Amino acid sequence: MKFGIVRFPGSCDDVDALRAAQRVGDAVILWHAERGLHGVDAVVIPGGFSYGDYLRVGAIARFAPVMAEVADFAAEGGLVLGICNGFQVLCEAGLLPGALLPNLSLRFVCRQVALEVVRCDTPFTCACETSRELSIPVKHTTGRYYAPADQLQELTAGGQVVLRYGAGQNPNGSMNDIAGVRNAEGNVFGLMPHPEHAADPLTGSTDGLLILESLRAHVDSRVPV
Amino acid sequence: MSTAASLSEAPRHRRLGLTDYEYELILERLGREPNTVELAMLSLMWSEHCAYKHSRKLLRRLPTTGPHVLLGPGENAGAVDVGGGLALAFKVESHNHPSAVEPFQGAATGVGGILRDIFAVGARPVALLDSLRFGEPQHSERSRYLLGRAVAGIGHYGNSIGVPTVGGEVYFERSYEQNCLVNAMCLGLAPRERLIRSAAAGPGNLIVLLGALTGRDGIGGASVLASAELGEGDEAKRPSVQIGDPFAEKKLLECCLELLERGLLVALQDLGAAGLTSSVSEMASKGGVGIELDISRVPLREQAMESFEIMISESQERMLCVIEPSRLDDVLETCERWETLATAIGHVNESGRVRVLAHGELVADLPVHVLVDDCPLYDLNPEAPPAREPAVGGATTEEGADVGPAPGAGRVEPVSLEGMREGALPGAGAGPDVDTLLALLASPNICSRRPLFEQYDWLVQSRTVRHPEQADAAVLVLPDGSGIAVSIDGNGRRVAADPRRGAAEAVYECAANLACVGAEPLGLTNCLNFGNPEKAAVAWQLTEAVEGLALACEALGVPVVGGNVSLYNEAPAGPIFPTPVVGIVGKVPDVTRTGRLGFVRAGDVVALVGPFEPSLAGSELEKLWGRLPRGLLPDTDGGSVRDAQEKIRSGVRSQALQSAHDIAEGGVAVALAECCVAGRIGVQVKLPDGLHPFAEAPGRGFIVSGSALSLKEWAQAEPSAPCTIIGEVRGAVLEIAERVSLAVSELQAGWAEGLAPFF
Repeated sequence: MKFGIVRFPGSCDDVDALRAAQRVGDAVILWHAERGLHGVDAVVIPGGFSYGDYLRVGAIARFAPVMAEVADFAAEGGLVLGICNGFQVLCEAGLLPGALLPNLSLRFVCRQVALEVVRCDTPFTCACETSRELSIPVKHTTGRYYAPADQLQELTAGGQVVLRYGAGQNPNGSMNDIAGVRNAEGNVFGLMPHPEHAADPLTGSTDGLLILESLRAHVDSRVPV
Repeated sequence: MSTAASLSEAPRHRRLGLTDYEYELILERLGREPNTVELAMLSLMWSEHCAYKHSRKLLRRLPTTGPHVLLGPGENAGAVDVGGGLALAFKVESHNHPSAVEPFQGAATGVGGILRDIFAVGARPVALLDSLRFGEPQHSERSRYLLGRAVAGIGHYGNSIGVPTVGGEVYFERSYEQNCLVNAMCLGLAPRERLIRSAAAGPGNLIVLLGALTGRDGIGGASVLASAELGEGDEAKRPSVQIGDPFAEKKLLECCLELLERGLLVALQDLGAAGLTSSVSEMASKGGVGIELDISRVPLREQAMESFEIMISESQERMLCVIEPSRLDDVLETCERWETLATAIGHVNESGRVRVLAHGELVADLPVHVLVDDCPLYDLNPEAPPAREPAVGGATTEEGADVGPAPGAGRVEPVSLEGMREGALPGAGAGPDVDTLLALLASPNICSRRPLFEQYDWLVQSRTVRHPEQADAAVLVLPDGSGIAVSIDGNGRRVAADPRRGAAEAVYECAANLACVGAEPLGLTNCLNFGNPEKAAVAWQLTEAVEGLALACEALGVPVVGGNVSLYNEAPAGPIFPTPVVGIVGKVPDVTRTGRLGFVRAGDVVALVGPFEPSLAGSELEKLWGRLPRGLLPDTDGGSVRDAQEKIRSGVRSQALQSAHDIAEGGVAVALAECCVAGRIGVQVKLPDGLHPFAEAPGRGFIVSGSALSLKEWAQAEPSAPCTIIGEVRGAVLEIAERVSLAVSELQAGWAEGLAPFF
């Protein structure tokens, strides 16, 4: 299992994601300006403030050369995980439905939150079968999930909502307490909470590892072509 | 005549903040009149902010050597050896006046500046802390505005650049109403051998400017803002505040660290106050060399900038490095990869002069020593206030009573305390103590800081083992499983009451916080925030405070490796409370054996430890009563403080103690409440006879808990320190015999909501 962690100028949680991924497999950094994904099994777009995010969040990163590769990779069924800023970038790139808006508080919020795993039959959550409640931190200013009513309906009906904030835990005003969604095909997943920051008992919980372990389990179970 | 009119008619050197005496000295040293560019450069290098002319002599009193010190005062940041081949660089710096004028950008660029100080010595920034002071938020819209915007600015910069904010402190007092304090501290890690100094070396080597374009922003920031009192019309100074660009700094940071890793740099220096002028002068001075610049090469943000503007611009996110000419292509390549501008703008020579050329014309030519060393250092003329007792201004606002807090600082409106009467407290029944405790817990100086620290990313970089409200100090894990601990502390109210002991207490309390996580202090940085040192009473506060710091550092064996002085913190109403802020870093041998403040297990025994002889002088209870800080603070032998802290440290490390918490503001009753709230569990105690529940002596008393057996063994072991069993962890109620009985949920409710209304 080999993870590729994208590094944009302004990425902040790239090294954290690299370390967390290395707990469950191999992991390499993918430089934003380069093409080629070095044969990785899954791409992780990490948190941070890509290109400063002075414009709408993620709006510039989607044009990075590496993102063209990521789009091709996703179109071929490759696994793509977007965390926080990565989620925002994937929405901007049109690889995930909906958008992330400024928190209702209009302030940055850093907090451990309880999450409900809505479905465990995805490549990103298949290791959560026995633990459907996760404790993972969020930290963002722009994390309020939004989709137009009809799209929201579609997402819910289509089983694309993978993670919700637990009761009373919604930190940003996201619609329907949505914390993470996948695309219709099921191979691209974005979430605002930071699983890479819930990967070591010393610094918090280890629930985030379940997301990465899910990816590994999924990749390992694939029949070699 | 208005001040503005008189200024415009004054000779040009006075307009730039130089005295007639200083100007005479410049004429004598140069043997001629300086031109416009040279005078601009000299006025900044000779400003209080750059030359420390009113504090340098005093600072010599501080101990600066120790077995762990790698870099001491004088470098961009101090550094200590934390083992495992790693150096820990750290420093605290103020950005008070810019923050008082424009809080968001002032605070943001304060963070940006301290980050650059850390990577200027080759260390990767791994943690930020901040120490903030504002006016009373309940009574002042301005204070709420400054608080909200400064906190947002700190978060904006630190969060965006990916450095966690792991701790800090905030206090509210009337004296900071106009002149708020924003001190930022940064820690950075580097392999020991990669620490780099700022001394320019090697004649023929190139001077390369890295980072942002140079604009007119921040011109005169150091002299206009930092070296004079705030006053009317500060709106007009807003253009002097720089604008931060954390994205540019993030790229600059990664770029500089990669340049260092590739061994491409001879020296590195950040551009802070006084911009190019200060950086070039300092680098040349430390290397004993000369530097020639061609400023027509400096990439500009604006057209037609004057030479003097280029030399003193304080545009942010810039660094200066010295490289060997053969490395230029490699340097440019790395910089391009990180989308960071890099321009060779000069070279090192042996002239001992700073020569500045613009389009082939010599626009400045000054000996380095005149820029750096020849500024006169002034002796202070300290004068103790006539009577030590009620000396602090406030209550008596007559002419000349310019010591201590701003007039009116004492008129803090008492929090509504039904049924509470001053004097009813000692030995009183449960009623008044309950009200007092709840009022203190909800008061801005004591209540939960969550509304602030939730706006900061405290977990990026994955090192944070203890974050705010888990323990008295932040703890970060190192690659080998050991850790570093850090805390930042200061209490202007107590220093106003008694500058010498108050300053010593700041050191004691900061070290006590480290002891509570099992950390041994390795080094200290400080920021001395005071009023106008040319006033005798402020000079006295400063002199006494430095003496107190020195005595406490000597007693605990902690060297001062760097810091910052911020003077002229005054508004028209008067000076701020004298506010020395102390940051200490320490070492934890094993992060799996670090402490926490909350009680853990029902059945654990609770003990009061340390040479704790508190008083009400300068306490939060007195503040609640609307009293001015006055009276001498408890005097404690430094050796007994050191022993008690060593004892706590050993108990945390051996895990004899399940929890450890230092008793600070609000005394033992508040400390017990904090232990209950953090652990979500109750306690039943009886206080020793004569111990006032709300009296204070920070840094000298601790509340600890542990099993009866392990606590007993620990208490009997060396080193010895006073230790009294006072009760047991149990239930869901804080019960202080004959005084208080309150559900932990009730304690939590008021404490958690204290600051919430102001955000």
